[in-house]
Amino acid sequence: MTNDHQHFIPFPSKTETELRVIKMGEEVILLDFWSSPFGMRVRIALAEKGIDYEEREENLNNKSSLLLKMNPIHKQIPVLIHKGRPICESMIIVQYIDEVWQNKVSLMPSDPYDKAIARFWADYIDKKIYSIGKLVWVSEGEVQEAAKKELVECFKLLEKELGDKHFFGGQNLNIVDVALIPFYTWFYALETCGNFSIVEECPHLVGWAKRCMDKQTVSNSLPDQYKIYTHLLELRNQHLAHLKG
Amino acid sequence: MADLEMKLLGLWCSPFSRRVELALCLKGISYDYIEEDIQNKSPELLKYNPVHKKVPVLVRDGKPIAESLVILEYIDDMWDDKPAILPQEPYERAMARFWARFIDEKCLPSIWKAFWGPKKEQDEAEKEACENLKALENELKGKKFFGGSSIGYLDIVANFIAYWLDAIQKTAGKTILTKESFPLLSQWKVDFVACKVVKENLPPWERLVAYYQIRIEAAKASNDDGKIQIY
Repeated sequence: MTNDHQHFIPFPSKTETELRVIKMGEEVILLDFWSSPFGMRVRIALAEKGIDYEEREENLNNKSSLLLKMNPIHKQIPVLIHKGRPICESMIIVQYIDEVWQNKVSLMPSDPYDKAIARFWADYIDKKIYSIGKLVWVSEGEVQEAAKKELVECFKLLEKELGDKHFFGGQNLNIVDVALIPFYTWFYALETCGNFSIVEECPHLVGWAKRCMDKQTVSNSLPDQYKIYTHLLELRNQHLAHLKG
Repeated sequence: MADLEMKLLGLWCSPFSRRVELALCLKGISYDYIEEDIQNKSPELLKYNPVHKKVPVLVRDGKPIAESLVILEYIDDMWDDKPAILPQEPYERAMARFWARFIDEKCLPSIWKAFWGPKKEQDEAEKEACENLKALENELKGKKFFGGSSIGYLDIVANFIAYWLDAIQKTAGKTILTKESFPLLSQWKVDFVACKVVKENLPPWERLVAYYQIRIEAAKASNDDGKIQIY
């Protein structure tokens, strides 16, 4: 399985001193899997902060002893290992990155109320999008139809929260943008498996997604939608065969 | 801190609601408490939490915040002149958040299912619940509270295990959190509930047990096996 993204994002404007500070004894390792939306969140956060890190692709059918040692509870990626200590759960990792590398762009608002709202919506995305989206691409018939309807409702709610803003974070990305944008890689699969058009249902959300993709930190962190579609289609076929078999 | 209107929409028996009350009390923040009827949600609740329509909701100067873990962090961010609830160091904060999420997403649902889930799934759920509690037991090694020498964020989040679990065990007539299997958690429970501010923010014991009894009976009567909501 090849990686579609670089693991060092060049920032032409960065001074040599800044690069040296980031690299100096601050070893950062990311245990990841190319198609994981949760892994993508961490890649984006690291890229936004200009952090140099070592990417290690896990084989989820044969998890490394390092992964099992670093995340014994969930045994899942992503896991960020910083100075030898593991941090698990993608949004917890993203907030950790934001809190440790504070001299870079901020992924959280400064006002406590705005912070709470950002955390609320990141939590909402975590509770809804993966599980409902998966039902759209993995199932068929009534289950799929119900999931489609619910997913569109979730997207419309998020559109409402976005309003006229450029990003959920205003002019820059915040944790809500980071939480949601990886699911853009699912759009082609969702539309094809679900037989509907996301841009027709949620044009503003698609507009937002395209603005995110205009940022190198995002586009360099996400695999191509068609590659994801092929991958998810394989999982779908396996799942449906298992149900019938 | 300017004295703006503070109100909490809550439910007397909800551990999630009581978490917020505990945090507000720890910070010495006064607020108006509004008891919600979960079977008959008020227009105010639906207005302040249209997304989830649940308690607790904290409203400060007309601006609502929902989801207990989000509210706890808000309280800590907002009243940072008072003793902190969350750890200050980023790695310790990440660990506290990790375990809080573990409690809400793994521990509580497995405990609930072990007692009140579909009959045929209870044994499996009980095994899982014990594994989850073991993980928390390990987190307490060398500490009196999850927060160290005094209660903190994770102690507040684990409130269900300290008190509500006993009520469930009593109504079900079965115990999973024993002193033999979980010596550290058992001691932590005693120490947590003994804290003055915690004691003042717990639902009355007899009333809680009676309430759980009524809910189980109602669920049995309506053939709602496995559909008892966690609140």
